[in-house]
Amino acid sequence: MPITYTSGEQVEVYRFNWAVNIGVPAAALWLQSFLPLHFQFFKMFDLPLLVTIFFAMARRNPISGLLTGSVIGLFQDALTGLPLGVNGLAKTVVGYGASSLGVKLDVENAGARLLVTLFFYVAHEIIYFTVARGMVALNQQWSWPHELEAAFANALVGVFLFFVLDRFKQRT
Amino acid sequence: MESVLGRYKNLIVLVVVLFAQVLGLAVQVKRTTDTESARLIRVWAVSAVTPFEELFVWMHNGAGNLWHNYFYLRGVRAENRELKQQIEQLRLEQVRLSEDAAQARRLQALFAFKEQFLSKTIAAQVIGSGGSEQSRIVYIDKGESDGIKTDMAVITVNGIVGKVLKIFRSTSQVLLIDDQSSGVGAILEKSRLQGIVRGTPAGEVVLEKIMTDEAVQPGETVLTSGGDRIFPKGLPVGVVTHVANENRADLFLNIQIRPAANLSKLEEVLVVTKVDEKEPSPSETGPVRAADVLAQRLPSVPDKPAVAAQPSGSQPSLTPKPPVEKTPSTQPNLAKPGDAATTAVSKPGTAVPTKPAPSNAATKPTETKPSALKPATEQRPEATPVKVLDASQVAVKPKQAPAPATPPPPKPQDGPQ
Repeated sequence: MPITYTSGEQVEVYRFNWAVNIGVPAAALWLQSFLPLHFQFFKMFDLPLLVTIFFAMARRNPISGLLTGSVIGLFQDALTGLPLGVNGLAKTVVGYGASSLGVKLDVENAGARLLVTLFFYVAHEIIYFTVARGMVALNQQWSWPHELEAAFANALVGVFLFFVLDRFKQRT
Repeated sequence: MESVLGRYKNLIVLVVVLFAQVLGLAVQVKRTTDTESARLIRVWAVSAVTPFEELFVWMHNGAGNLWHNYFYLRGVRAENRELKQQIEQLRLEQVRLSEDAAQARRLQALFAFKEQFLSKTIAAQVIGSGGSEQSRIVYIDKGESDGIKTDMAVITVNGIVGKVLKIFRSTSQVLLIDDQSSGVGAILEKSRLQGIVRGTPAGEVVLEKIMTDEAVQPGETVLTSGGDRIFPKGLPVGVVTHVANENRADLFLNIQIRPAANLSKLEEVLVVTKVDEKEPSPSETGPVRAADVLAQRLPSVPDKPAVAAQPSGSQPSLTPKPPVEKTPSTQPNLAKPGDAATTAVSKPGTAVPTKPAPSNAATKPTETKPSALKPATEQRPEATPVKVLDASQVAVKPKQAPAPATPPPPKPQDGPQ
């Protein structure tokens, strides 16, 4: 298994310039809003979540990760028309978790990224479902086959997306 | 104390951020409208995303138009021919249906029913979506500055789409009818049963509140009932695809609907910005019966050759044009060449079925073959006057072979007006 435990001194911490910090989440939100109009299957993907995981794992800073997830989630809620905070809560937790995991594990290789994205996608959906049903009283339906299918699809896209976004990384 | 804060700093920040969001959610759930801060975030998000979507849609449409209108014209002639045939068929159908509509209007006037008219609509382009499986909304490129208001109905030519949920300066958020939070007052076309159309979490559209002891058949059309005060009455909602009563204890049927509008491929929509409500008057039913107009259209009038039909010196000013269709002598007031109804009269070889000549029906009723579309002469010998249009709009029709046994029908201008 490619996931290896690393000490705090061994992990690389990256930063991004301001254009990437703003542009990549904005582009993810735009694509998430625009592409399902023409490709219905694209609703299965959650690009803002993938971007949240990527930034969180690259920065390896839990506070930065949870704030990134929170902002991206709130903006996604604003576009979906749902009450603000449903995606915000879920992505905040994912951002915190991914950055905390990034400190402990080497998540630079494709296999590790696939598993991590798979795990966090399912975690995100569980939190989202809980909040949507428990707090907002949305009538949500949970389907494991559908969620696992979507998780694999997102994980595969995530691997390619992370590979592309790696080019924007800057060493601290 | 400081060491504890430092040690659990990350966790504390996480809890604070989560608590703030939970608090915000609770406030939003309690209130029906957005708070100021919530609205601000929505405005920021929409303002950041929709300009790019508008730009992309504009470029996409521009490129598509350039390709389809100037380069890729393969099959256009054949398509044009087919469309013309369709138009002619539809015109015939329209005439038949307008008879029913006219009768309905007369009855409405008689009982002082109020009618709703879509008096003003705004065309809008769909530029984005909610991007989530859980919320079914789209964004259109018209907003507050274009006169859009919340709760306005959004439709297409095929059927209803949804309603305006939130408005921004130049864009609006439209809640689709397949969203689980939407609700549309609906009525079944044949059985006249009323219910509520709702979306499901899975994205299906169902008709609720129809009792299990009612008979609903798949294929029945669902229309808006007007009861929600958003959608005017009579707009197509969809077609019943499945009716089930799985749980005998349930009071209501489980009725699934296929929406009339294709909600997954929306491009252009109409926002109904003004609906007029008025009582129809009998004069609005029009001076001509639809069946009378239909009688003019049926392409089997045994026309005389142009030379024989037009005595010398009486040729109208339409000389350069081919001869116009004649009207039966027994219906002198019906056909005026140039009546809108005679536009695009069938040509030989088109899809319009050959029917027995109405003029023949008038002169020799016993020879008339049975037809689903009866000429007016079979129903009412006296005809009402028709609206006369400009002679420049006269439709032309090539003459058919003359019928020797039938006297040549007089020219339209020869008849009393």
